[in-house]
Amino acid sequence: MHTRREWAWGYLLIAPMALGLAVFYLWPIVQTLFLSFTESGVFGGYTWVGTANFTDLSVDEEMYGALGNTLLYAVLVLAGVPLSIVVAALLNVPGLRGLSLYRTLYFLPVVTMPAAVGLTWSYLFNGDFGVINHLLGYLGIDGPYWLGDPDFAIYAIAVVGIWSSIGYNAVLFLAGLQGIPRHYYEAAEIDGAGRLRQFLRITLPLLTPTTFFVLVITMINALQVFDLVYLMVDPKSPSLEGSRTIVYLFYEKGFVQNQRGLAAAIAVVLLGIILALTAIQFRLQKKWVHYE
Amino acid sequence: MRFRLPLALLAGSAVLIAGCGSSGETAASGKATISYAIWDKNDQASAEKIIAAFQQANPNVTVKLEITPWDQYWTKLQTAASGGSAPDVFWMNSLNVRMYAKGGIIAPVDESKAQGLPAAVVDGYRYDGKLYGLPHTVSIPALWYDKKLFDAAGVAYPTADWTWDDVKAAAKKLTDPSKEQFGILAHMWDQGAFYPTMIQAGGNVLSADGKKSGFDDPASIQGLEFWTSMIEEKVAPIAEVYADTDVITLFQSGKYGMFYGGAWLAATFWANPEVRDRIDVAPLPKGPAKEAVILLGLANAVSAKSEHPKESAAFAEFVASEPAQKILADAGGGALSLRDGTQEGWYKAFPSFHLKETYDASMPHGVPYPVSLNTAQWQDVQNKLLAEAWAGKRPVAEAAKEIATQMNEILAKE
Repeated sequence: MHTRREWAWGYLLIAPMALGLAVFYLWPIVQTLFLSFTESGVFGGYTWVGTANFTDLSVDEEMYGALGNTLLYAVLVLAGVPLSIVVAALLNVPGLRGLSLYRTLYFLPVVTMPAAVGLTWSYLFNGDFGVINHLLGYLGIDGPYWLGDPDFAIYAIAVVGIWSSIGYNAVLFLAGLQGIPRHYYEAAEIDGAGRLRQFLRITLPLLTPTTFFVLVITMINALQVFDLVYLMVDPKSPSLEGSRTIVYLFYEKGFVQNQRGLAAAIAVVLLGIILALTAIQFRLQKKWVHYE
Repeated sequence: MRFRLPLALLAGSAVLIAGCGSSGETAASGKATISYAIWDKNDQASAEKIIAAFQQANPNVTVKLEITPWDQYWTKLQTAASGGSAPDVFWMNSLNVRMYAKGGIIAPVDESKAQGLPAAVVDGYRYDGKLYGLPHTVSIPALWYDKKLFDAAGVAYPTADWTWDDVKAAAKKLTDPSKEQFGILAHMWDQGAFYPTMIQAGGNVLSADGKKSGFDDPASIQGLEFWTSMIEEKVAPIAEVYADTDVITLFQSGKYGMFYGGAWLAATFWANPEVRDRIDVAPLPKGPAKEAVILLGLANAVSAKSEHPKESAAFAEFVASEPAQKILADAGGGALSLRDGTQEGWYKAFPSFHLKETYDASMPHGVPYPVSLNTAQWQDVQNKLLAEAWAGKRPVAEAAKEIATQMNEILAKE
């Protein structure tokens, strides 16, 4: 039983976090929801337009284009998650020398400013002067304008997205790996299981709670990608058609064209999509996630 | 940051406003402090000198300079203005002025103080019969060229008499695929490139009353094709190149013969010793129908909610006056003063560039930049569709007609 006093202390201790959350997250969500049903003036003031913004979006080709690009990006970045498992497994090799050096190297992109990441990679991807095309040139391949061509841009951006998240995910996986008790492996060894079999039958299943967490977080982040597109693709580039994500469209409508209501509606649709996809992931986890 | 930013920006503005109280001092003591917001750090030095001169003449007024980088300038200004705490005096451009005037954010200024300033620039700041900003700079698009490439190909340098045909002929001669050398850069630039050519061909971007798009006019389409045809003929690089590398950087690499760029780039080019001596500038070439140069100028607008309206207006008027214009020109920065006869100092800062000739030939043919109430909205349509035409994915005529259709819909709603 908890006394009143204890409850009071509890509330007091979570108050800073809860207040911050309410002011900076919940209230904006409520406001965005409200704005999405209005046509909002640039300097405040609004008119109620009902669901007009949503009906406009439902026939907007750009919205579907952005949706397609965003989903493609999310799938690509999710497909990069196994890379993090491999990195984590390599870092977990017993007696590895320079472990903290490797860990720092892989984690470096996570603590690097997105602006620096975007700028550096756009130099690497540059069609005329970029290192990537220069190296491809040695192989006799005439590399494309990675960021200027609508058929390549989203893939190039996804490469950067994966590169930036490997470190963060690998640290999570590493923690997961180190949480697996040694005696399972000892038992498996006595039973004659090889390294690969141990990895497939012990490591992977026991890593599933971490994998699930990483997949959920990665998907949510990927669906909201904005900074990389904003930093790497020129606003007048022909490739924007193939790389415009939902949040980028939101930015264009809300901050370039001053259609605040419509932009809010885009944000609400995105929120709905993320909620739905996350709910699906939570449903599916029962089928494949093993809690010890 | 990735996902928090947009949501918080949009709806969080309400939170921000609460935190930005008004900052004006009371006028009871007879002293006033006014704030002056600008976005270009390159103009900090000249702005500080102008402020010092103003304060000397008006010892009771203190002007506080606030510099906000371009990327955040308008977002910040909109937020502050919504909360009634916009700076007393701030930089305005003709793209945004109508929106701010209609929203009651800025106050009309004294017409008489704009006397002697070029109409093409001043008219950009009119809304509903009143003037909402006092212009103090002018930006002139011009034709930059690489003398070294011209000499090597034996082509005569551009002059004020050049026409489109001269540009095309020179571009062809300057192109050398074996050296990856192109005659011209055909980047998709409105003010200095495709808007002027649309008008030079006898077309228009926006009708004079601002109600109808001019993109479906056959002459306007001819103006657009001037650019796309040079890409097709391979005398200019393909569209992807400009998306990957900034055109200003491209031109300085010495592989491009001609470049439609702002005269204000003089400061940038002059600062590069490898480029300084090999390039020069000429006025925009003439089109088949007429000469036209789109002039844009920055103006100072005065907040309608300023606590010191008199002092603020006086400052904005001072910046547009002859003494302040001279200070601006003498600073030799990017910005060119607007008042006729004050530019000497600026020309002298870049002696080998033919800037005076360019200025003299351009000003008589000045045309205002086309704007309506929400220009950004139809420009977005324009940029997206033209990007397809520039990339060769869609015929120019078809893209232009589609722009006109969508633009007319947007204009009808204004």
